[in-house]
Amino acid sequence: MQAHPMPDFGSFCLLLGLILTVYTFAAGSLALWGASAAGLRIAHRPAALWNRLGETARRAGIASFIAVACAAFALVWAAFTNDFSVEYIRAHSDIALNPAYKFATLWSGQEGSLLLWAGLLSGYGLVLRVRHRVDVRLTAFASTILAAIQIFFLLLLCVGAPPFSIHPGAVPADGAGLNPLLQYPEMVMHPPLLYLGYVGFSVPFAFALGALMMRYPGEKWIHITRRWTMVAWLFLTVGIFMGAHWAYSVLGWGGYWGWDPVENASLMPWLTGTAFLHSVMMQEKRGMMKNWNVWLIFSTFMLTILGTLLTRSGLVSSVHAFAQSNIGAWFYTFIMIVLAVCLFTFFLQRDHLKSENKLESLVSRESSFLFNNLILLAACFTVLWGTLFPVLSEYVQGSKVTMGAPFYNRVNIPIGLFLLFLTGIGPLLAWRSTSLRSIRRNFVLPSIAMAAMAIALMIGGVRPWNDGDDMHATFFSLMAFSLAAGVITAITEEFLRGARVVRTQTGKNLLASAVLLTRRNTRRYGGYIIHFGIVVMFIGIAGGAFNQSREMEMSYGDQLSIGPYRLVCQSITQDSKPEYDTDYALLDVYRGNKYVTQLAPELREYFAGTDHQQQLTMVALHSTAQSDLYVIFEGKNPDTGRPIIKARLNPLIAWIWIGVLIVVAGTFVALVPNLVRTAARQRQEDLVGAGAPVLGAAGVLAKAPHA
Amino acid sequence: MRKAVANPVFWAKTLQCALLSLVVVAMLGAGESRFDHLGHELMCSCGCGQILLECNHVSCPDSPVMIRELHAQLASGASDKAILNWFVAKYGPTILAAPIRGGFDDAAWIVPFTVFVLATAGTFAIVWMWKRRYRTMVAAPALAGAAAQLTPEESALRERIRRETEY
Repeated sequence: MQAHPMPDFGSFCLLLGLILTVYTFAAGSLALWGASAAGLRIAHRPAALWNRLGETARRAGIASFIAVACAAFALVWAAFTNDFSVEYIRAHSDIALNPAYKFATLWSGQEGSLLLWAGLLSGYGLVLRVRHRVDVRLTAFASTILAAIQIFFLLLLCVGAPPFSIHPGAVPADGAGLNPLLQYPEMVMHPPLLYLGYVGFSVPFAFALGALMMRYPGEKWIHITRRWTMVAWLFLTVGIFMGAHWAYSVLGWGGYWGWDPVENASLMPWLTGTAFLHSVMMQEKRGMMKNWNVWLIFSTFMLTILGTLLTRSGLVSSVHAFAQSNIGAWFYTFIMIVLAVCLFTFFLQRDHLKSENKLESLVSRESSFLFNNLILLAACFTVLWGTLFPVLSEYVQGSKVTMGAPFYNRVNIPIGLFLLFLTGIGPLLAWRSTSLRSIRRNFVLPSIAMAAMAIALMIGGVRPWNDGDDMHATFFSLMAFSLAAGVITAITEEFLRGARVVRTQTGKNLLASAVLLTRRNTRRYGGYIIHFGIVVMFIGIAGGAFNQSREMEMSYGDQLSIGPYRLVCQSITQDSKPEYDTDYALLDVYRGNKYVTQLAPELREYFAGTDHQQQLTMVALHSTAQSDLYVIFEGKNPDTGRPIIKARLNPLIAWIWIGVLIVVAGTFVALVPNLVRTAARQRQEDLVGAGAPVLGAAGVLAKAPHA
Repeated sequence: MRKAVANPVFWAKTLQCALLSLVVVAMLGAGESRFDHLGHELMCSCGCGQILLECNHVSCPDSPVMIRELHAQLASGASDKAILNWFVAKYGPTILAAPIRGGFDDAAWIVPFTVFVLATAGTFAIVWMWKRRYRTMVAAPALAGAAAQLTPEESALRERIRRETEY
């Protein structure tokens, strides 16, 4: 028996959303066909009538957002009111669950996360349809394509995985609760951010497909979708790294990336999306690589769906087993339909995608973008190959194999270093062709920095040939640090060169000039900041070669030394909480003889809920820019009863998270419109900088109109 | 030097050398301690998805047993391959952290590098072809007017994009 009518309301909203979306698609398609037929004078009705029909489709699309949002609200309401008559709420919540996690129930399981996907898609659709005046016809195409995608998800929610299905029999007094592993603040944020990224790529996909279908002239569609793509990319980046940080802080194995198929599924669209963000500049600037760009965004979208397929279908073995189900067939069918539509449209309209220009020189920005794309796609292929190889192996050999970290690290680390190398040299090359003088001027300092860093590190003790056990890791770290030094020098040089010119023009100090320079060309300098963030992340990743770990049974007064730290056990304590029993150690941390902090690694045994009874370690972490001291309560020795404490020293790992913050900042900068200078300001600056070299046409004071 | 930098062959050879040195370095590693090396080639069998020597699964019933077995196998003087085969025979092929049994397993390693090498060669070929076409276009100015066919509105947009993507 139901506690209240909210589940019925939710189901009704989903059905209403589906009907409205079907109308958006059908009426939108008809209106687009009619309008083009009227333009060609082959339709009997006037164009205005088709336009009115198109407008009703747009409004139905907006209304579908309200319906899906109400359905999502109904599910959250059911979680907050402990309505265990809803099977989904029974399986993923309980009375004692913290309210923040009750809200997160929406995406804690299969049906809810699909509802979140549909909700986000309708949210993106809402923004797109409200901003339709940017380009009414192109937006109508994109809106219709988004509606087609939305139909799939709503149909799935109404038929394949209904979130409001009722628990059979009597209503349980309490739910099974949320998996304790997921009861962590980052877990509240990680899935929606990841989904915002996945779903966000639907918009540039819809624009690209629409532009191809209508043979949209020029590159304006790319200009319109640039921000959409960047926002989706940003969300995906933050989502991926939030997941990595969660894995690092919660799972207690000391790492942040396990190359699990579900992790790989999020990385693949990120790689192709990154390739698209780069290669699209070639189309904007030179009218080149049109075929390539269209397929990049098609692939990115299909990879987001493939990721969901891998997550949901159980096609490959994953530690994310909580997400497996039997809705894989839906996604197989959907991917096949999407691929068929993309192929059909492409072959029908491919003459529209001819390049306007050709490459003039091998040593140019264009070729650096080509190689950048090559590397990113090679990395994507490797990840896809590694993810699907167990399935292939089972088909060919009759037995599955494991594709663990050793495979991905051996194959992807050289590719990653090549990418880091290109991150440095790409921006130093000019469009069309780079002169020898320019190469000499731009590459001398970064090369010196690279060599100096390599020598300094070797003098400091980073010598791969001496590290028998970890020769590979040390060598790759040495390469990564040296390349990072070169790239950072190149980026700094670029900023300083531009800032000096602005300083001469405006009389401002160097820092203010650098800020002004960035505001004048946010896309370019935002891009540099993003590159800088990526380099910082590489530094953090390279630090992994020098990880240390130690393990020992400890009791009061025992000491464990690792790196510069000394851990002294003060007590081992037991406690009982409503949801779990806990054992924890209190460890004083000293650096030399100086007290630093106290850490309390913990081992919890959850008993709340029937489905999630399990032991869980709570990592104790002391993080600095230099290294993380990572302490785990591993359990008790059954023979002695003494707790086993494992300490890890992970150098430079904080720089990964700092790098992500820099990437986020850089993306925000790149999203801000450029500033342009007024005529009066230009005159004033020209007076100040009379005789100084001229930077360019862009300037300050007024905001540029932006598509 | 000027000629060399402008010559695609020079860049192709430079890239070849860089790739070759990476491969050579990647192949070096014979000096790793056997326990550490083999412990990182095996997965823990408890289902946690961790490398054997990195498994921190609380009270893991399997990893201590496997580590003892690994020590015993090393003490018996068996070769690396024999030890890995012993584990495969006992736990199945999924116990290996990466496919290293030979035969079809080799495809896992060969295919990514082959695709990468082919894609690199393909990219060089495309660049070379485009460059050649550009020279042909420059030689025949009548064919080089694609950009001139743009409308004023498109030209203005292209100019704005040029400014915004300027490096």
